[in-house]
Amino acid sequence: MKENTQTSETSGTKMLLTMTGIGVICAMLIVLSFQGTLPRIEQLKAEALEKAIFKVVPGMVSKRTFRMESDGSLTEVSGKEKDARLVYAGYDAEGKLVGVAVEAAGMGFADVIKILYGYDPAKEAVVGFYVLESKETPGLGDKIEKDAAFLANFEALDVSLSEDKSKTKNTVVAVKQGKKQNNWEVDGITGATISSRAIGNILGTSTAEMAPVLYKNKDFFEVKKGQ
Amino acid sequence: MSQLTKDKAGDGFWGDLANSPSTNEFLKGLWKENPVFVQVLGMCPTLAVTNTAMNGLAMGLATTFVLLMSNILVSSLRNVIPKQVRIASYILIIATFVTMTDYAIQAISVDLSKALGAFISLIVVNCLILGRAEAFASKNTVGKSMLDALGMGFGFVIGLLSLGAVREILGNGSIFGIPVFPNSFQEWVIMILPPGGFFTLAMWLMLFNYRKQKQAAS
Repeated sequence: MKENTQTSETSGTKMLLTMTGIGVICAMLIVLSFQGTLPRIEQLKAEALEKAIFKVVPGMVSKRTFRMESDGSLTEVSGKEKDARLVYAGYDAEGKLVGVAVEAAGMGFADVIKILYGYDPAKEAVVGFYVLESKETPGLGDKIEKDAAFLANFEALDVSLSEDKSKTKNTVVAVKQGKKQNNWEVDGITGATISSRAIGNILGTSTAEMAPVLYKNKDFFEVKKGQ
Repeated sequence: MSQLTKDKAGDGFWGDLANSPSTNEFLKGLWKENPVFVQVLGMCPTLAVTNTAMNGLAMGLATTFVLLMSNILVSSLRNVIPKQVRIASYILIIATFVTMTDYAIQAISVDLSKALGAFISLIVVNCLILGRAEAFASKNTVGKSMLDALGMGFGFVIGLLSLGAVREILGNGSIFGIPVFPNSFQEWVIMILPPGGFFTLAMWLMLFNYRKQKQAAS
């Protein structure tokens, strides 16, 4: 602003007061609208997560939430806990475990992408996938949410474990569109190369870590059926 | 850019037709001084967000809201804000309303806020809004500034919608998500990519200027 360097009749105090005044008014407006919309935004987010959980685990009718402890064990929790790693176990009408929904995140093209995927310990496969949060380029990167051929990757993505059940046999990886040959590969999207590769990496990292733990605990999910 | 609008907005009777001055304040933004096609302002959202008609419409409406609110506040504070800090004050005011719009959209629908994503925050740097605050609201009454904001806002909506519609129809074979072409239609993917934005804008500008020249000649 060149004007500032010119000599003027307005005193510095007045300028300072005006800016501070406007700043205070603006801050109050922002705080008010933040406070006013927060409950509704959190409710919408919780609803979206709830819906997504049921979407990524096909055939589930009820859920139980577990907290993942640092030593790899699981504790059942009731409500929503912040800053905790949660997994959501889904059960069918008879109370049988049909899959576990897991949140994962990783760097995309624009910002961190947050996803939710369903793992079925019986099939040892990823059975569902949903993008919770992404800022990928509209029309290009956001195809990872809409592209039917891409989403078909996650109907049965092989993450079976090695003989001793300690790690995944093959790490999930994204390949070029049309180059998918094995069940653990994610067929990428032309025009959303980086975003689809990011999804492959997020799933690869997360399943490599989570699949053995979830598989080990698959009987644990079944106990205490009365909910 | 703001010089052009200042001259036109200053006399208030531009065109001097049978319109009353206040109708003119509103109408000038829609047509004669359309922000997209005549002033060529706010090109960042115009090119970036108009890959579908829905995105264009939502972006246009959000911008209109911010423009209206900031014009009202800037105009009512026009005798208080010292000249030297006016730009900083305007930016502060605009940023506030953009943040409020962002929260409001998140509270309305998760899907909508997902679709618009980062572009809502980018309204802050839309020079159309700062331009109107500087060239019009800071010199005119609240009532006039409101009309000006509404006119310019809707003019912006028209601009974004015309770009978004063309790009979605050609690039995606649909309008507002409804398919308009048979399945055999091969989408022109380039239209939803950045170059498509430039092509479409160029076509619209050509059409506008052609019309203007023809009118001037007759």
